Parts: sequence; structure tokens; C-alpha cells
Amino acid sequence: MRPFDYHRPATVADACALLASRPEAKLIAGGQSLLPTLRLRLAAPSDLVDLSQIAELRGVTADSQTLRIGAMMRHAEIAEALDVRQAIPALATLAGGIGDRQVRNRGTLGGSIANNDPAACYPAAALALGASIRTSKRQIAIGDYLRGLYETCLESDEIVTAVSFPIPKRAAYYKFQQPASRFALVGVFVAQFADRVRVAVTGAGMSGAFRVSEFEAALQQSFTTSALQAIKVDEANLASDLHASAAYRAHLIKVLTRRGVDQCLEK
Amino acid sequence: MEPVKLQLQVNDQDVAEEIPANLLLVELLRERLGLTGTHVGCDTAQCGACTVWIDGDAVKSCNVLAVQAHERAVTTIEGMAQADGPLHELQAAFKRHHGLQCGFCTPGMIMSAAELIRKRPDANEAQIREGMDGNLCRCTGYKGIVEAVMEVLSAQRGGQR
Repeated sequence: MRPFDYHRPATVADACALLASRPEAKLIAGGQSLLPTLRLRLAAPSDLVDLSQIAELRGVTADSQTLRIGAMMRHAEIAEALDVRQAIPALATLAGGIGDRQVRNRGTLGGSIANNDPAACYPAAALALGASIRTSKRQIAIGDYLRGLYETCLESDEIVTAVSFPIPKRAAYYKFQQPASRFALVGVFVAQFADRVRVAVTGAGMSGAFRVSEFEAALQQSFTTSALQAIKVDEANLASDLHASAAYRAHLIKVLTRRGVDQCLEK
Repeated sequence: MEPVKLQLQVNDQDVAEEIPANLLLVELLRERLGLTGTHVGCDTAQCGACTVWIDGDAVKSCNVLAVQAHERAVTTIEGMAQADGPLHELQAAFKRHHGLQCGFCTPGMIMSAAELIRKRPDANEAQIREGMDGNLCRCTGYKGIVEAVMEVLSAQRGGQR
């Protein structure tokens, strides 16, 4: 790991000021993705700005329509939070299935959403639920926010402060995990609202999480697994690597969507 | 690069060190404080041999900066039982159930299992296996490890297995 200067600001404003004055600075939340990156010298920031002391980045609140989770909430906390388990139980399940217990004790929602790993779990939930990303500057719809592999529309001095998730009628998340990394080989989040159904996939796309509009349209007509039967998932934009071919991933997308719909129907 | 003043508690002892910001927590523990019970296995945050607690939460100390433990309480395997005293109940159970052969992964296993038992006193065998999935053992096949954790859990619940 290359040397860097370390800062521990107490407010979002101070953290933004540090970023603005140090163009090669990086934020560190839980560090579960960043530290391996630094140790492999894939990144060598001049400064690390630690967000762990910023109280305004923490907390969970819910009203009848929206669940808001602070960016520095850790996966283990989100999995256990009563507000999350009551409002969107599938999101608590998702958080409780990320990595392993040690990772969940450090990794944060904001860190994951800002990193936008193409196999991370949260982007699928955010896309299916139609989340909005709150930052130090603005509020961004998830569809505009995600920009491909590890890319988002965040500016260099902009900090994710919270994510607001609209609360669906029913939702489910299923992932088939790559057994070594525990990242999603394919993960599917199904969300049913009063007026729409959304299906979002992580782990399979060549440019990150994406929605499956054919599934959404069919499920909106009839929220049953048989509605999916005739639809074939297009392999064209799916990743193919040593862990799985595009055809295998396409198959998993359908299987996991079916399981998600089944689970919703049991509720 | 500016050295950082670090203050924390390690196994209930106050520690003050001046360190480079890029020092890992496991390096602080092993190389500065001589607490070599915490092992470095894979050094890539996969195997869990370096598991310690920060404020009671199990973390992989090879994937945490020492500065991230500033003003926090760190517990290592050395904090679980006195060097000249009896073993921690989990250590004793691992010994009884052959939950170790080479023993390299054991400090991390114990730290992880002890956190799991504290947070999930009602865990069943499947939940123990799932809860221990951040710790790898290449000797035992996990059977003895799971049995040891189960035994301590059921003893705590006051019942038989």
C-alpha cells in the first residue's frame, strides 16, 4: 500500500472541502473493497478521507412510503434494523447475505453504492425499488446514477449521504453466489408495487446492474411464474467468464426471478 | 506523509502509538504490540485467520487500517483467556472436539465463534455453519469446529445437545 495522508472529518461539509482541495483524495467508508484495491496498488490516493465519524451519515428512518438509510450504515446493521425488516424485509435479507459476517460488520451501504461493483447486491435492490441517491449536492434517481462498471454519476467532490427506497407491496431477493468471493454470480431483486413491477439483476451484466423489461411487463400483466415461461433472456449483453457462461447466467436470471415471484406470492 | 497519533484499547489496555496511516490493524497488533496470536493467513481478507473484534464486532484485521480503530476497543485472541490460566470455553471445546489440527486458523475461528455465540445465542447448526463462513480451515473439514461451537452454545442454554 502506498503512503497517504489520513483525515477524519466530523461533517459532510468538511469531507467535501477535503475532497475539493485534494484532487487525488479518496473516501473510505468501511474499506472492504477499497483496502484490497489499495493493497494491490490498483489505486494510490494521496489522501484518505474517513467518513466514520460523521453522525449525519448514519441512521434509518421510515414513513409509510419511503425507507431512508444513511450511507454509513453497515450491512450487519441494515440486516438487523427493525425499520428495514418491517418496511422492506427483502432488503434486510439482502444485507444479511453480503460477503461474510466480518465483511458485514465493516462494509456500508454508501460504500457499496458509490463503488458500484457489477456483482454487488445493493444496485439490484436500488434499481428494482426505484431508489433515489441522496448526495451532498443533490438527489439522483438510481437509473441516472448508475453508469456501468464501477461508474456512477458522482462528481469528484460529491458524497453519498443516504439512499431512499420506496416501499413496495412485496419484494424478494435471490442470489446465486460465486462460492469463493460470495459476490453474486447472478442476483435478482423482484419488487411489486401497486402500479408497477420491477425486476433488476446484478452480477450478470457486462455494464453493471440492469432491469429486465420483458419480465416486468409480463409480471405486471400477471404476477405469476407462468407469465415468465415463454420469455427468453437475451444473452447478448451478459458477462461470460471462467465462473459462468452468458447462457448459464441467462438461465439463472429466469430461475431466480421465478423463485422471487414465488416467494412474493407466499407472503 | 504525516504520521498519525493513534489511541485505542487493546484487550482492555490503553495503547498510544504514532503510526503511518497505511499501517494495517493486523500489522499494529503483531509487529508493534507483539500480539502474534492474530494470524495472517491469506492476507487478502478471505480466510478469517486474522479475525479480531472492534467494539465487539468481528472484523478481518488484514482488511482494516489501524487508524480505523482509533478510540475503539480491540479484542484479540490474547484477550480471551489469561496466558497462565484456564482456556476459554470455546478453546477447550475445540480441543475436545478436534476442532483444529495445525491450529493456524484457530485464533480467527475462536474470535468469530465467540462473536457469533454472543450475538446469536439461539443459533442452530445450519446458522453456525453460515455464520462461520468467513473463516476457512484446511485441516478439519469443519465438523469438529461446528460441534465445538454447538456444545458451548447448548451449555450456555443449559440444555443437552
